[in-house]
Amino acid sequence: MIELVDVHKRFGSNEVLRGISARVDKGEVVCVIGPSGSGKSTILRCINALETHDAGEIRVDGQRVDRGHDSIHAIRTQVSMVFQRFNLFPHRSALDNVIEGPVYVKREPRAQALERGRALLERVGLADKADARPAQLSGGQMQRVAIARALAMQPKAILFDEPTSALDPELVGEVLAVMRSLAEEGMTMLVVTHEMGFAREVADRVLFLDGGVIVEQGAARELLTNPQHARTQDFLRRVLRPI
Amino acid sequence: MFWKDAAAFLPILLEGLRLTVIVTLGSLVLSTLLGMVWALMRVSGVRALVWFATGLVNAIRGVPIIVQLFWIYFVLPEFGITLTALQAGIIGLGLAYSAYQSENFRAGIEAIDHGQIEAAQSIGMGWVLTMRRVILPQAVKIILPPYGNTMIMMLKDSSQASTITVAELALKGQMIASSTFKNSTVFTLVALLYLVMSVPLILLVGWLERRAGRK
Repeated sequence: MIELVDVHKRFGSNEVLRGISARVDKGEVVCVIGPSGSGKSTILRCINALETHDAGEIRVDGQRVDRGHDSIHAIRTQVSMVFQRFNLFPHRSALDNVIEGPVYVKREPRAQALERGRALLERVGLADKADARPAQLSGGQMQRVAIARALAMQPKAILFDEPTSALDPELVGEVLAVMRSLAEEGMTMLVVTHEMGFAREVADRVLFLDGGVIVEQGAARELLTNPQHARTQDFLRRVLRPI
Repeated sequence: MFWKDAAAFLPILLEGLRLTVIVTLGSLVLSTLLGMVWALMRVSGVRALVWFATGLVNAIRGVPIIVQLFWIYFVLPEFGITLTALQAGIIGLGLAYSAYQSENFRAGIEAIDHGQIEAAQSIGMGWVLTMRRVILPQAVKIILPPYGNTMIMMLKDSSQASTITVAELALKGQMIASSTFKNSTVFTLVALLYLVMSVPLILLVGWLERRAGRK
């Protein structure tokens, strides 16, 4: 579904990705973990061509990702993105946020998009917030609207960029619950996260990234409970026992 | 005495006022359209468009409005483009102010969080759709208060069209004053008429600023 082959990316003199090769198969949930600055988010942003990778190749469903090519708009409708800071459109209601893509990008009939939009809001537990503006919602509610907005594009995969990192601790659970239900329904997901519990329980595989390379990867439970590499061990020790 | 003169002068001044309104509205519309075009060129990311718009805006800002008016009215005919004084006034003021409008629009567009552009792109929107559906609707709230200020300035600067013989309010006043020598009556009336037109605009700007501040 998503394939990266020897992907490199640098910002000025800072080489953020130094040869990333990975794949996410259909229906798979893959979590990317690692210290901040390790390039986790950059991988997602390159897949969705919000950044241009410098070398290597990224394929989505067999199609090459090329930011300069017109095909990129079509690819983006197939791979939705959920952002750390939600990035909802503040001037539109929750429901309008959800139907924006279907109506204006995919040119779906408005009535049909509205019906599906309502169903999606209900699915993320926000049927009663359809008319609320983002400013009237909590962080957890905004992120759930953002997930509904991503789902409205009927994507083949969703990229989550630290979806709970900007949330108050007590709101993390409601977002993770929605993500877990998506995973159970077979959605292909690539998730950058610091939620080790979620990674262990929901992910099929985990990639541990450090310094722009994949240091270690494997089955989620295996990697998180029995890491082989010293850097993975060190990272997990710090994350799981911060004090 | 004042009232009697005022009653006599007012009809003539109102003719001038009509032209003032036409010049102001015409150049306001023109400067808004052109300013939006320059601003969109500057944020387009296409290097040739950015350079063109930047150069043009700086050139316009660097030349006094009155000189631009002279140039359009007196020099363009040498190139075979002859405009009436009114046309030249509207085009000159519209062009001159398009530079300031453009800077205002650009500032409003660039004030929008970059995450909004990314969110729009991530659902497959291209540049035009991103601008139309996501960026501009949000930028308008930021742009409106300074836009109101520009409207007030344009109303007053429409008097510069008098220098190329557009018989708007200021020039009409000057004409009456020089033929009757009733300077104080005439120019007091002229000032009052400008004020009468400005005050509603000033109130509008205040309202827009309060609304923008409320979020």
